[in-house]
Amino acid sequence: MSLYYLQKLLYNLNREPALQARFKADRASVLADYDLTAEELKALTDPDVGLLYVLGVNGQLLMHYAALVGQSWDEYIAAMRAGVKQYGPVRAGIYAMVDE
Amino acid sequence: MPLVFAGIGSHAPGIVNRAERVEEERREAFYDAYRRMGQAIRDAKADVLIVIAAEHFANFFMNNMPAFAMGMADYYEGPIEDEAWMRIARRKIPGNRDLSERLIARVMEETDVSYCEEWKFDHGIMVPLNFLTPDYDFPVIPANINCQGPPLTPLHRAWAFGQALRHAADAVPERVAVVGTGGISHWPATPNSGKINEAWDRDFLARWQKNDKAALLSYTDTDTYRDAGQGGFEIRTFIAIAGLAPEASGEIWHYDAIPPFAVGCTVGALTLKQTIAA
Repeated sequence: MSLYYLQKLLYNLNREPALQARFKADRASVLADYDLTAEELKALTDPDVGLLYVLGVNGQLLMHYAALVGQSWDEYIAAMRAGVKQYGPVRAGIYAMVDE
Repeated sequence: MPLVFAGIGSHAPGIVNRAERVEEERREAFYDAYRRMGQAIRDAKADVLIVIAAEHFANFFMNNMPAFAMGMADYYEGPIEDEAWMRIARRKIPGNRDLSERLIARVMEETDVSYCEEWKFDHGIMVPLNFLTPDYDFPVIPANINCQGPPLTPLHRAWAFGQALRHAADAVPERVAVVGTGGISHWPATPNSGKINEAWDRDFLARWQKNDKAALLSYTDTDTYRDAGQGGFEIRTFIAIAGLAPEASGEIWHYDAIPPFAVGCTVGALTLKQTIAA
């Protein structure tokens, strides 16, 4: 479990256009700088926004990662729902899905 | 110079980047209330606008999370978000380093605050400025209360921060306006985006209008999370504004729960008792 470093990567990506460019050009070399589990690496590489959501990534960080990987607003919302359906409830953090 | 303006407003990114999802008349009524606030700030002949926001990991992360922070730079940059996504072009926004330093020194007499000579504005500041000062040419000093990474800043400390800021504003010769931006109830950046607890919002705003300190500080984070979502944690910014002027009551200029904007769209101001000659 390295949710902290997973979120740290997304935080750095959101802040730094140069890192975004590097990430787009060579994702693996950026990911190598962070202490991530196999599941987290897969979620970032696919990319699987739904799994990142379920892993407990803060919603504010994930919202921008979804945009970075090209998801529209509606695709991003749908990806989170699909993630919960596939992987189960959000495992950490304060952005869990609630009943409506 | 005594504080010249104190207000509250919403900051959700959808207010700007999902505008077309709300009919024009409805969204313009909200935007107009925000523009009226901008005019009120200019009419008060403010020299600077302090924006107390609840930022979303633009500058602060869990490696070193301040309970309170204030900017101390000659300029800032924003939005940190992708420009096309946010629909606001990235630019520099003027600050006032000298005034920041004097305010921060005074705030520190009462509240521990981190100072920041660098600050990237996210939607928490850029969305309100989009209506208040649409040319982004008015000097701004950003302030932040941790509403994102638990353990969060306690509510009574947010109120005390407002008090400290008031004392600081009163102590400098410049005319200071302050706006707090954030929730009220919302579940942003979740599959529940668009969920709004309007009854909870109206109850909170009634407490805020009365400036009922005990009632404002009586929420627990457990209750807020259940009833108002994680976005509800941003009541800290509105509570800080209440703390600026305990003698003043508040007025709500606009409230409309707009699901596509993912928040109860709010604009309000304290009725400051002192009338300050320009």
